[in-house]
Amino acid sequence: MNPVLKIILQRLALGLLTLFIVSIVIFTAVNMLPGDFAEAILGQGATPEAVDAIRRDLGLDQHPVARYLDWLAGAVQGDLGNSFAQANFASFVGADSGVRVTVAQQIAPRFANTMFLAGVTAAIAVPFAITLGILAALYRNSVFDKAANITTLTSISSPEFFLAYVLILFLAVLNPVLPSLSNIYADMGFGERLQKTLLPALTLTLVVTAHMMRMTRAAIINLLASPYIEMARLKGIKPMRVIVRHALPNALAPIINVIALNLAYLITGVVVVEVVFVYPGIGQLFVDSVKIRDIPVVQACCLIFAAAYILLNLTADILSILSNPRLRHKK
Amino acid sequence: MTRISRRGLLTTGAAAGVLAASGLPLRAQAKKGGRLRAGLSGANTSDSWDGRTHSDLFMIASANGAVFDALTEVAADGSIKGELAESWEASPDAKVWTFNLRSGVTFHNGKAFGADDVIASLQLHVAEGAKSAAKPIVETITEMKKTGDLQVQFTLAAGNADFPYLMSDYHLLMYPAGQIEEAIARGIGTGLYQVQSFEPGVRMVATRYPDHYKGDEYGHFDEIEYIAINDNTARMNALLTGQVDTINRIDFKTESLLRANPMIRIQEVTGNQQYTFPMLTNVAPFDDVNIRRALKFAINRQEMVDKILLGHGRVGNDTPIGPANQYFFEEMEQTSYDPDKAKFYLKEAGLSSLDIDLSASNAAFEGAVDAAQLYQASAKAAGININVVQEPADGYWSNVWLKKPFCACYWSGRATEDWMFSSAYEEGVPWNDTQWGREDSERFQDLLIEARAELDSSKRREMYHEMQQILNEDGGLVLPMFANYVQAVSNKVANPDVVGNLWQMDNARMAERWWMA
Repeated sequence: MNPVLKIILQRLALGLLTLFIVSIVIFTAVNMLPGDFAEAILGQGATPEAVDAIRRDLGLDQHPVARYLDWLAGAVQGDLGNSFAQANFASFVGADSGVRVTVAQQIAPRFANTMFLAGVTAAIAVPFAITLGILAALYRNSVFDKAANITTLTSISSPEFFLAYVLILFLAVLNPVLPSLSNIYADMGFGERLQKTLLPALTLTLVVTAHMMRMTRAAIINLLASPYIEMARLKGIKPMRVIVRHALPNALAPIINVIALNLAYLITGVVVVEVVFVYPGIGQLFVDSVKIRDIPVVQACCLIFAAAYILLNLTADILSILSNPRLRHKK
Repeated sequence: MTRISRRGLLTTGAAAGVLAASGLPLRAQAKKGGRLRAGLSGANTSDSWDGRTHSDLFMIASANGAVFDALTEVAADGSIKGELAESWEASPDAKVWTFNLRSGVTFHNGKAFGADDVIASLQLHVAEGAKSAAKPIVETITEMKKTGDLQVQFTLAAGNADFPYLMSDYHLLMYPAGQIEEAIARGIGTGLYQVQSFEPGVRMVATRYPDHYKGDEYGHFDEIEYIAINDNTARMNALLTGQVDTINRIDFKTESLLRANPMIRIQEVTGNQQYTFPMLTNVAPFDDVNIRRALKFAINRQEMVDKILLGHGRVGNDTPIGPANQYFFEEMEQTSYDPDKAKFYLKEAGLSSLDIDLSASNAAFEGAVDAAQLYQASAKAAGININVVQEPADGYWSNVWLKKPFCACYWSGRATEDWMFSSAYEEGVPWNDTQWGREDSERFQDLLIEARAELDSSKRREMYHEMQQILNEDGGLVLPMFANYVQAVSNKVANPDVVGNLWQMDNARMAERWWMA
């Protein structure tokens, strides 16, 4: 069997196991939080009868293990169930009125929004960070290198919401070029959607650039001491060409790894940015659901987050194998 | 500023004359058209058009404030007026109420509105297994009878003079009978605005319904867009950068930034929203009225208004009846901070010092823990040692409120005295957070029932004043402050001179009452 294919299959199997463990951990954790859906949704108006009625309707009165197995049985068949909020609403209405929304239907548009934001950010951040990293390696220890390092490290060390507000101040309040409110919705044109997404994307770019840029720089500099680079230089090749043609291909593996990790972060770690810009992504849905202890939605979100990490890591590994002929052609 | 409540003002004939002479600019200059964009908090991904589940501003403004109607509505000045009901009359014992419905009203799907819709919509709240917050209101109706296509007769278990007020509750929306499920799924009501798009927890867009029964006097916008912005700072940013025209609930700490902007004005009204410290009067030591009195004199109310509300409120007087109520006892002597009196009552209780726990969390109200600490500091001078217990915000209402003998609490208040008292001060009701009952005050419980069925306004006033006096002196409630409703509006949007104080955002009816300047 093709060794690459074998690795993919192995890793996918391990990934499934990871997802299973994640689902148990999340389920246990949400159950350990004080309060449950019934108490959260009724708030100050909770009376014991109303709480009991909701618990009965949603099966919250059953043992947690039974509830988990119930959920698992559905999940392995691809059915993530109905959110508590929807199920509760349906029991209000009385019967199934054909308007019931499943967790998958609920998450899909939000997830698409998150992917859109991640895509825009990646399209800006990845080329930007790599270019910056290459230039920093080329002109290492110069004023440019130091300035790039200081700027990116400052931005990664500041809390995201702070960066977001700084950008809002300069790009939305003082010079109103971009909207501070990124409330995109379904029937919005691509251009408008892109414009509304730009500010959160820039914020996230500031957050993820430093990591990728510094890894690019470090990986290249690491190689610059190798004999083959010295040879290339002695041949009289220009420094830029040495780096791009000779050093970069060999430095790709670690860079790809860092990019993959950062892309995963763009999917799973953008809650704060979403809240600041009122961006209707999966992060907000996740926080909302944790707040009302809506376990089916929380579970589904966590599975998506975990799967994003697993798949992107896998992609990174495969790409680094493919980018390295020594790993591609084993003797 | 004078402390005359609008309601008090309007009930006196002389004042009415003054108001008439001043020629209040009615909606003469209201402009038609435009799009109102509002950034509102209180939105959730679990929101739906089911009125039984509504509890926060976003859905109340969208449903009761724009898309749906109830039988009656509370006008901005606090008076009751018909919405889908045109008129009503009561039997002398206030037990049988006949409502005449407006004719020619249609739902947004074209169905005509009539008596059947009223009965079916109200029955939703008492249906088997229904979890409606308005269940206690509808439960008091023993019989609903259709006495004509446009007439419904309600028979109540006991007389209730406030019944028309109760019918204005934002949960009691009117749905088309037989199509209720569809109406809840799509948002089909009789309101001024027709839903175009609704994404729960994200946004709601609606357009003006043509030829609406409310006519040209209300609903001036062509289109309204409500955007869910739960984050305080994001809401303020959206207003400052001109992406929305109005926001609710501004953060007092950044209020000066809004005030500095000439394009924005702050709208502030004092209503019944109250931040309280209830004690369980059936638990020692709070079962002793002297201890309760000592605690009432040991709190510095003005300091709380200044430091917790940053001035956006008024001191309370230990009764839940506030400035937005008809029979608010404004002239009652104000209980104020007096450590000596507190010590005196402590001595009356046979104690020289007192150690108690006070449970608080910011889930009760913004700044509740700080307020508890202020209370701790002021009570110390009276020999009362308050130990502030910080409770987790999660599950606060289930695990702390009504369970811990002394805690921080929040009430939005009610439109009528009886509604408030029968929600939380009638013996045995579930939300009785002071466990106030007959053994505490026989007189109070008697008055509560008597006043409910009394149709004579001046007699009711006397009774409600006496009840407020009783709570002020003996009750288990420490009510240091009423918090204002504070919202910000862009100068691109105009509003009438009188803004409702029953709820945020002109009683959540800005789409109905405001217009583009």
